[in-house]
Amino acid sequence: MALRDITLGQYFPGNSPIHRLDPRAKLVLTTLYIVALFLADFLVSYGIMVVLLAVAIALSRISLKSILRGMKPVVFILVITGILNLFYTPGDPIWSWGFLKISVEGLWSAFFMVIRILMLITCTFLLTYTTSPIQLTDAIERLLNPLKAIRVPIHELAMMMSIALRFIPLLIEETDKIMSAQRARGADFDTGGLRQKAKALVPLLVPLFISAFRRADELAVAMECRCYHGGEGRTRMKVLRYRAADRAVMALGLLVCVGVGVLGHFGL
Amino acid sequence: MEAIIQTEKLSHIYSTGTPFERGALLDVDFTAYEGEYLGIIGRTGSGKSTLIQHLNALLRPTSGRVLFRGEDIWASKERTRQIRFQVGLVFQYPEYQLFEETVYRDIAFGPQNMGLPQEEVDRRVREAADFVGLKPETLEKSPFELSGGQKRRVAIAGVIAMEPQVLILDEPTAGLDPVGVEQILDNIHTYHQAKNATIILVSHSMEEVARTVDRLVVVREGRIPLSGSPREVFSHGDELEAMGLGVPQMTRVFHRLKAMGADIDPSVYTVEQARDAILAKLGKGAV
Repeated sequence: MALRDITLGQYFPGNSPIHRLDPRAKLVLTTLYIVALFLADFLVSYGIMVVLLAVAIALSRISLKSILRGMKPVVFILVITGILNLFYTPGDPIWSWGFLKISVEGLWSAFFMVIRILMLITCTFLLTYTTSPIQLTDAIERLLNPLKAIRVPIHELAMMMSIALRFIPLLIEETDKIMSAQRARGADFDTGGLRQKAKALVPLLVPLFISAFRRADELAVAMECRCYHGGEGRTRMKVLRYRAADRAVMALGLLVCVGVGVLGHFGL
Repeated sequence: MEAIIQTEKLSHIYSTGTPFERGALLDVDFTAYEGEYLGIIGRTGSGKSTLIQHLNALLRPTSGRVLFRGEDIWASKERTRQIRFQVGLVFQYPEYQLFEETVYRDIAFGPQNMGLPQEEVDRRVREAADFVGLKPETLEKSPFELSGGQKRRVAIAGVIAMEPQVLILDEPTAGLDPVGVEQILDNIHTYHQAKNATIILVSHSMEEVARTVDRLVVVREGRIPLSGSPREVFSHGDELEAMGLGVPQMTRVFHRLKAMGADIDPSVYTVEQARDAILAKLGKGAV
């Protein structure tokens, strides 16, 4: 597998209604959605959650295929969660073999747990697929702004985060390049025991670290050349402003969250 | 001449199934012959780097085949690994892959991976260092204390030490000063002569390839629209111009002279050829 095929947390540029939402609204909405997911208790509330997510995906024009591809790394976790819930939920056994018992409650709980995790991952994918990392850190910075009052260095944290995010694709590309270059000299990264594999990483890691430090150095100089001196008095080129649509979806999110909570209370 | 590397309908598509999907190579038929000095030119993003990474099995074709001496290089795992030793590839800015504590050990990395005996590795390291003009005392230094040009030579020596029959270099002179450029091109030429190896030089500088290569291949948007001797290729000046590549300055001057009414052969591309053409015209014969 080529490293550049990794899609986890990747941004797909577009101009759908979801892409155009204020990133803060999307962040708040995603958080509310996740809370609602854990409040949801039974068929009706889950049904609402699935429909909402389906509508959001349809609006975003992100293909289901790309979402499913991103799921690959979590399949293992899903299977384990499913199995654990299936066998270890107490209740009336409808099937047993030795110490393994399956109850009706276990079936339901495994089913819902897997659905819950699937939807949780899907909704965070939807957030990162439709929001560029820059927008996302911008949103986080703005939302956490009140914490500055208690001297949390929000701007610095947000800047570090956006730089880190910016560097991920660069480092992946660099890793790919160095691996190819060392492969061209006969390096073998795939075979051999653990010891050999670890040893084979030296020709990859040394140049990678050196280049990461070099890039960091260059970036620092470039930032200083442009008079960067931290967040104090800094203005933005793109100021985030809530529009009617953003307020509407956040209100909807809150409503769903409360609604699902109430439904859960009645066991629906 | 006998073909050493061939591609048959080679296509490569990056990121299949994502919005970033793009075809980098489309049905390319490419041939490099035994012992020739071949130039590949094309603009950034034309697919030239993708093409050369197929020639030593670093990239697997999406469709089509790559043949080395008539046999598919993906026939078996063992063969693929052997091909990497026989087709040496020097990447762009190769100095960024240096990792060992000493220059000697870095150059020895390739030959050691080939599983050669210690004496043979030693011979190859010293010979390769000599090819690229590194002094024996440099071998014991750390590669990280050398200058940029020196590092580049260490990296090239690291590939030459595997004594590949085909040596591919991707923009080996990028970012060097004029003296450095001359030296590197000289080193490559020396290796070509000494080992009768096939050299494939990738570049976007017409001047550079015009001076050195026997044959030119132009890559554009994943295809090969032009190939032939430099003289043939540069006679398509207008097409090259349209591809954003241009022709060497000398060729341009002579095309202009011709257009202005001078009765002169416009197919020259080096200063020496220009001198001879002018002298011939003035009736004094070549020097």
